[in-house]
Amino acid sequence: MKTAIEIDIQTEGEMPREHYLNVKTGVKAWLLTMDHKRIGILYLWTILVFFLIASVAAAMMRIELLTPQGDFVTNETYNKLFTIHGVLMVWFFLIPSIPTVLGNFAIPMMIGARDVAFPKLNLLSWYIFVAGGALTLWAIIHGGVDTGWTFYTPYSTTYANSHVITMAAGVFVAGFSSIITGMNFMATIHKMRAAGLTWFRLPLFIWSMYATSVILVLATPVLAITLAVMCVERIWGVGIFDPKLGGDPILFQHMFWFYSHPAVYIMILPGMGVVSELITCFSRKQIFGYGFVAAASMAIAVLGFLVWGHHMFVSSQSVYAGMVFSILSFLVAIPSAIKVFNWTATLHKGSIHFATPMLYALGFIGLFTIGGMTGLFLATLAVDVHVHDSYFVIAHFHYIMVGGMVMAFMGGLHYWWPKITGRLYPEMAGKLAALTTFLGFNLTFFPQFILGYLGMPRRYHAYPPEFQMFNVLSTAGASILGIGYLLPLIYFLWSLKFGRVAGPNPWRATGLEWQTPSPPPKHNFEDKTPIVTEKPYSYSAKEDADLNLASI
Amino acid sequence: MNTTTTIEAGLVHQQFDDIGQQREAAKLGMWIFLATEVLFFGGLFLSYTVYRFVYGHAFVEASRKLDVVIGGTNTAVLLISSLLMAFAVRASKLDQRRMLTGLLLGTAFLGCVFMLLKGVEYHKDYVDHLVPRMGFKWEGADPGNAELFYWIYFAMTGLHAIHVTVGIGILLVLALLAWRNTFSNGNHNTIEIAGLYWHFVDIVWCFLFPLLYLVGHR
Repeated sequence: MKTAIEIDIQTEGEMPREHYLNVKTGVKAWLLTMDHKRIGILYLWTILVFFLIASVAAAMMRIELLTPQGDFVTNETYNKLFTIHGVLMVWFFLIPSIPTVLGNFAIPMMIGARDVAFPKLNLLSWYIFVAGGALTLWAIIHGGVDTGWTFYTPYSTTYANSHVITMAAGVFVAGFSSIITGMNFMATIHKMRAAGLTWFRLPLFIWSMYATSVILVLATPVLAITLAVMCVERIWGVGIFDPKLGGDPILFQHMFWFYSHPAVYIMILPGMGVVSELITCFSRKQIFGYGFVAAASMAIAVLGFLVWGHHMFVSSQSVYAGMVFSILSFLVAIPSAIKVFNWTATLHKGSIHFATPMLYALGFIGLFTIGGMTGLFLATLAVDVHVHDSYFVIAHFHYIMVGGMVMAFMGGLHYWWPKITGRLYPEMAGKLAALTTFLGFNLTFFPQFILGYLGMPRRYHAYPPEFQMFNVLSTAGASILGIGYLLPLIYFLWSLKFGRVAGPNPWRATGLEWQTPSPPPKHNFEDKTPIVTEKPYSYSAKEDADLNLASI
Repeated sequence: MNTTTTIEAGLVHQQFDDIGQQREAAKLGMWIFLATEVLFFGGLFLSYTVYRFVYGHAFVEASRKLDVVIGGTNTAVLLISSLLMAFAVRASKLDQRRMLTGLLLGTAFLGCVFMLLKGVEYHKDYVDHLVPRMGFKWEGADPGNAELFYWIYFAMTGLHAIHVTVGIGILLVLALLAWRNTFSNGNHNTIEIAGLYWHFVDIVWCFLFPLLYLVGHR
């Protein structure tokens, strides 16, 4: 039996095979493409730009916080920096990250389809996203916004003296790109599955993307109307949040968090899906409790709509409402824990390969667990009163969003990179980057738990001197984290030209996307779409015991 | 019914296996979009509900000043337009080109009548000093709460009017395409999907009318 490498060496010398990257080249072909794989790559470049800008904002904040005095930037600039960081990272990096890049690229292939259900809308969603991003960047260049990413009223409607309307409009516009993506994925997953691919044979990444799409479709419009009403009130000086008329600024918080709490799950569910793919592949085992992991995704999506009040425990919300929201928030821990336990049970007695994607996946499990457990602290009414609006909250959600979602995104990007480009990234550099990211991340954000518990509030550019040590640790960690993110950028670009040819299935993975050549042909599968006859993740540890994946 | 004829095969986009799959996907996409729209309007319905609960009396008083006759007529106009739309979907399935074009134009026409009446009503509201921030005057008690009601009234009906305008545009384009015989031989899915949207616009109004116009009437 030939190995994949031998096959590749044989085919390398021949005429270059036609695939989605070389079928039509040039700027116009890319800007008018309706191929989901190319649109995924367009999104990858776009969110990379926003990630870099938002990272610079974060770096400037960390430099400011090195010393207790506010000496690097003014407090006003600092307010604008954390707004830029929050708005760009949430709406222009994290929410689109896994869905629009990996989801767009992989979903149709994973379900054995030639494309998504609505390719034109898919391209349109990218243009809308770019338009929303452009508006936001315009607002940043022309002086920025100082409201924080939450745009709380009445500050945003009445008092803020910055480009609130433009930036909110940017987020509003980008929201429609999310809605279109979610709609497209739902229709695709419902109607485009290959023959024999029943719901319970779907890879878990598809389940989690489906759950994400439900949230995208049902939550985003609420944000849209909330921001629209906020802008109208800012322009005309009248509206439903206006206390002069008997309106209530707190209503804004309810509507905002009705979107933004589910949005937090848009920023973790896709990561959970990726990790399910990685854990199974690199421990060569069937997932433990498939049905539970799939159902947990849907449970998180549904429960996510019922817990928004836990952002408002100290906002004059009634105590009874607070208690209900507290209990409901605790409930989210159940499906989340199901996932973590099932991943660890999958690892048990598996034939574990510490390839780069697996390192990211293992990092995800650890960091997500810490992030999730501290979430329980915050869901506890009495504790929340103490740590509300402190660095404890910052550390908690960065463990979920960065430690969880960004780790999963990087893991997924490494995992599907050979499929996307046809080439492998350098494995040693990959492992180094994964470890650097993990260490840098913990050094950045773990001290912030302590800071928050000791009482350092968020969103201040100066602080009492006794907090300095932890802030210095955090800034040092952020520099290491920065290296952890720069490394992949360098070696991914390097691998485009010099990486080893990957072959169709370098990980010996079971998904349908690995049954087609890398890079895949324009319509994903060479002649007919595949027929599915078995459950996903039919790995066999015995068969693969002697297989050294890391050496590939 | 769902067997793919050779004529139908030409209509299938490359990503679909057959026309049935294409139709179902498109229809599902539209339903999901309508779910999005429900939540989009939902923010305003929520605001209405909260303040109707808190300022019940002021809302009743404010509602009485709205013109029930124009509002009621508009309700009838939209319901009839929806009926025509339903006939249009049937006509497209039966390949009746002239009938389809006529019904689409009729639906669009009624949409225009709705917008015209709405415009007349907005003007009347302006003359009566009911527009927030634009010479708003209120003789009764709680002028602030009454202004809040009118703000919500304009926001909801305004957002609805935008949707009606978009719908009229779609219907006119479809009427032109129908005249050019685009929807023959089983290519009727577009009409059906546009119909779903138009019915949605109609249903939203069916909720707005009682909430805004009738809460003050016995």
